[in-house]
Amino acid sequence: MSSGGRLQKILEDVREVLPLSLYEELVESLNKAEDLSEDEKIAVVGEVIRRYVLAMVQPGEPVGVVAAQSIGEPGTQMTLRTFHYAGLMEFDVTLGLPRLIEIVDAKREPSTPIMEVYLDEEHKYSEAKAREVARRIEYTTLEKVMLSLQYTLGDREFVLKLDPEMLEDKGVTVDMVIDKLRDSGIGEVEGGEDPYTLVIAVDRKVLPEERIFDYKAYKEVEAKLRKLYLKGVKGVNRASIRIVDEKVVDGKVVREYAIVTEGSNLAEVLFMEGVDYRRTTTNNIFEIAEVLGIEAARNAIIREIMRVLEDSGLDVDIRHVMLVADVMTWNGTIRQIGRLGVTGEKPSVLARAAFEVTVKQLYDAAVSGEEESLKGVTESVVAGVPPRVGTGLIVTVLGVPRKRVGGE
Amino acid sequence: MSSGVPDRRILEHELVPEHRVLSFEEAVALLRRLGAKPWQLPQISLNDPVARLLNAKPGDIIEIKRRSPTGGVHIAYRLVVAFERRA
Repeated sequence: MSSGGRLQKILEDVREVLPLSLYEELVESLNKAEDLSEDEKIAVVGEVIRRYVLAMVQPGEPVGVVAAQSIGEPGTQMTLRTFHYAGLMEFDVTLGLPRLIEIVDAKREPSTPIMEVYLDEEHKYSEAKAREVARRIEYTTLEKVMLSLQYTLGDREFVLKLDPEMLEDKGVTVDMVIDKLRDSGIGEVEGGEDPYTLVIAVDRKVLPEERIFDYKAYKEVEAKLRKLYLKGVKGVNRASIRIVDEKVVDGKVVREYAIVTEGSNLAEVLFMEGVDYRRTTTNNIFEIAEVLGIEAARNAIIREIMRVLEDSGLDVDIRHVMLVADVMTWNGTIRQIGRLGVTGEKPSVLARAAFEVTVKQLYDAAVSGEEESLKGVTESVVAGVPPRVGTGLIVTVLGVPRKRVGGE
Repeated sequence: MSSGVPDRRILEHELVPEHRVLSFEEAVALLRRLGAKPWQLPQISLNDPVARLLNAKPGDIIEIKRRSPTGGVHIAYRLVVAFERRA
């Protein structure tokens, strides 16, 4: 018999049983352990399997209750206050308990949407190129690049003064502003006394003759001008550059830049030129579900919850969080953990009534004639019967042989 | 937003695991192995961008190779369902 053949065969079978990471670790360790004989190695494999099976969740284990407890208990220790990173982040980011609630409540829009935009090979090592991408992303309106906008009632002229510094900062040229103003159809544009002053002669259709002394009409035109779209992606209010990686290659410091944005629009930003579409993400889970699919949303939920917990210094096993994410994405959409989602869809009346809006639940159930089968944990506790959990899962059925009943 | 085919490049995103539509034979074998009915599986919407890229039909089962932080690779399955409601 060839040496190693038996072990090899056993390992083939073990592959089906053990998770991949454990299997790989086992094989690696066995290869390293040269002083063990084949029989000893087989014994090691047997022991690993035995311990693995012992560590598995047993049938009937209420994993949901355990997960709820494991996240809920440390959650009570979390800071109630929303706090901000001083210095590290220049934006406000919702963290701690408010953010955790936001995730499990499946809010369509986070209170502080943030995108992390990574850049492709060409753009990520140069600050100038990163800035160029950031400028293309940032939503810029006329308001952001102007110093003043003046007008007099009875006069059709609006005098616009642009801010040269802001134009430079946002990467907008005066010609661009003129083009956008002309396309908007508000009126004719003429140059003013200096290159950064523009005079807009408002069209009669926009400002009719009879409203020429109407203050409201002027306010409307002003608002329209201020909101005039110049460039960028809708929803992204600010984009700033951050160094995400720094290493020394051949004695030179190589920095990797990325963009962090306030406001989120993954669908538009993901495939923009210069953006690394493999890594760019957002903290808006609904956007991820829409653009990248439900499995990506599942991963995002896990990542976001774990990030919040770790930032708060809580050590919660990722398996509990994975279960939460699995339940939330179960039917292909994102459901909240609550009355309008997972809990509200429970088949049991008592379980729903035990959670929120008790009277309404009972009333509706009575009207529609719902049945209560007392199968879940919550309703069993309410009704005072042993829940079908753990050893309660096992039901003893006495099979009494009939012959014996009457005596032999 | 439901119009237009999603960009193929989303499949390369680090959050998107590998998806594959099971053949009919594989699906039957899987359900037999699990001892489950199709509706007992987790679901994925027909409108899901990845499901659309794979040309999945309602009733198909999609195999998902999740990269799991605890087990290396974990294989999950989702049943394709036709959803009226858009996520």
